[in-house]
Amino acid sequence: MKALRNFFEKTKPYVQKGAKYHWLHSTHDGFFTLFFVQKDTSESGTHIHDYSDLKRTMSIVVLSLVPAILFGMYNTGLQHYKAIGELASTGFFEIFLYGLLKVIPVIAVSYIVGLGIEFAFAQMRGHDVNEGFLVSGILIPLVMPIETPLWMIAVATAFAVIFGKEVFGGTGMNIWNPALIARAFLFFAYPAHMSGDSVWIPLDGAAKLVDGFSGATPLADAAAGNINFSIADAFFGFIPGSIGETSTLAILLGAILLIVTGIGSWKIMVSVAGGGLFMGVLLNIFAVNPFMELPFWQHLILGGFAFGAVFMATDPVSATQTEKGKWIYGFLIGVIAILFRVLNPAYPEGMMLAILLMNTFAPLVDHYIVQSNIKRRLKRAGVSA
Amino acid sequence: MSERDPLFSKKNLKLISDPINNSNPITVQVLGICSALAVTAQLKPAVVMSLSVIAVLALANVIISLLRNTIPNRIRIIVQLVIIAALVILVDQILKAFVYDVSKELSVFVGLIITNCILMGRIEAFALGNKPWQSFLDGIGNGAGYGAILIIIAFFRELLGSGSVYGFKIVPDSWYITNGGFYSNNGMMILPPMALITVGIIIWVQRSRNSKLIED
Repeated sequence: MKALRNFFEKTKPYVQKGAKYHWLHSTHDGFFTLFFVQKDTSESGTHIHDYSDLKRTMSIVVLSLVPAILFGMYNTGLQHYKAIGELASTGFFEIFLYGLLKVIPVIAVSYIVGLGIEFAFAQMRGHDVNEGFLVSGILIPLVMPIETPLWMIAVATAFAVIFGKEVFGGTGMNIWNPALIARAFLFFAYPAHMSGDSVWIPLDGAAKLVDGFSGATPLADAAAGNINFSIADAFFGFIPGSIGETSTLAILLGAILLIVTGIGSWKIMVSVAGGGLFMGVLLNIFAVNPFMELPFWQHLILGGFAFGAVFMATDPVSATQTEKGKWIYGFLIGVIAILFRVLNPAYPEGMMLAILLMNTFAPLVDHYIVQSNIKRRLKRAGVSA
Repeated sequence: MSERDPLFSKKNLKLISDPINNSNPITVQVLGICSALAVTAQLKPAVVMSLSVIAVLALANVIISLLRNTIPNRIRIIVQLVIIAALVILVDQILKAFVYDVSKELSVFVGLIITNCILMGRIEAFALGNKPWQSFLDGIGNGAGYGAILIIIAFFRELLGSGSVYGFKIVPDSWYITNGGFYSNNGMMILPPMALITVGIIIWVQRSRNSKLIED
């Protein structure tokens, strides 16, 4: 560690303004601050900074994703061995190792492509590299089906970073959640590799599959009017689905960390769940088919609902900023997600589109909250606007 | 403009070259976007559409320019529309006669040239105040500027969305996943949103290369 620090300190003069390797400045700075807290002090303006800067915030989010990542790896292996009927004869570590080897390339592709573009843009614009992509880079693999080809993930990541983020001015300026942009791009560009029943479980060309194997997610089955999943399996996550979304339990662990550290807004998480439950009850009341009759609370443990509510909707950049607005924003996400999920046969899961839609409307919600506040205060002061 | 201005003076040539780059109707003035999104999924309809717009725009410009001193100011819009509509119907009939399948593909969009903002824009802004020859060049230039963008968009959309260029297969069949390969066409390229994003990329590239368009 010390040697690394010395290396960064020693090379620093070479990348200062006017020095020979100045064009490498943002790359140097990016890696330096990734590993160490720098001793630099402000030269002008604000002199007191919160210790919890962007980098620390991002690391907490990544930390809170760890349960979902680990479980996703295990579940990938589990589904594979279940499908080829060798689950009973395979040990825990073998299952986990299989999943690990499947998931690591996806994560690597997402980081290499995304960070490459991010560094290139920072270098070109003379900005400092910032850490916005640390979280997006891990969220992208987690919302992908395991069998999506790697080059598609690379294309989607590039698209998300360039058109979801950089065109708006980089981290903190984006209108939509970049990870969801990547998923939406793949969903519309290569639908055959993002949905259906052949992308969720790696088969590796296995010749023999167990009897009655379908490969579809419980949600897709339910949409086809065929509801048979165990509630415990859905809650703990032993079901097919995108890599990180299946286990509601692992996601809840992450949610606790986010709420305790104050990084994720509990208001959004609660109101998304509330919106989903509300819509579920409504559908139960007016149910005309088996999917609409699905008990309302079971919607929360299926598909990407929990993952979206905890990690996607709470993205502080693309969510609403006002406190009252967060309730409205979250509630509408929940309502729309369940509405899409149950009533639109073209989209088996509505969470992604619901969040992207509400991302779009977040500034509008904020605008009206702020305006009504201004009006109220003007009225109180006796000034007619 | 003096009477003795030669036909292809520098000033006149600028009428053609300007709209292709510095004041391109699509990427700089942002006119005629709707048809640019609608007909560019394949290269062939885009080429036919470009030629139609060039023809209609040049002829309409000349006719309006010839009539410019006799059209009463208050009813000029309706006169312009009659002329454009007549030309569009002519073009539509010609397309139906000679390239029937492309004309079917373009469907309503040939008819919609009537409402294309570029036409009204050029007639109002240029033809009503300039001589026929200059108006003709202006029409050709703006039509070509529009067509150039259409063809660029259509090239990329067809290549990435269907794996072909002008109807010829470029991506070998054995590359496709269904045939045991690794490749798959990008379904989003043939949807209109991606056309809009492609227009955005062209604007981005053009603005970062053309120093006249860089705003502070």
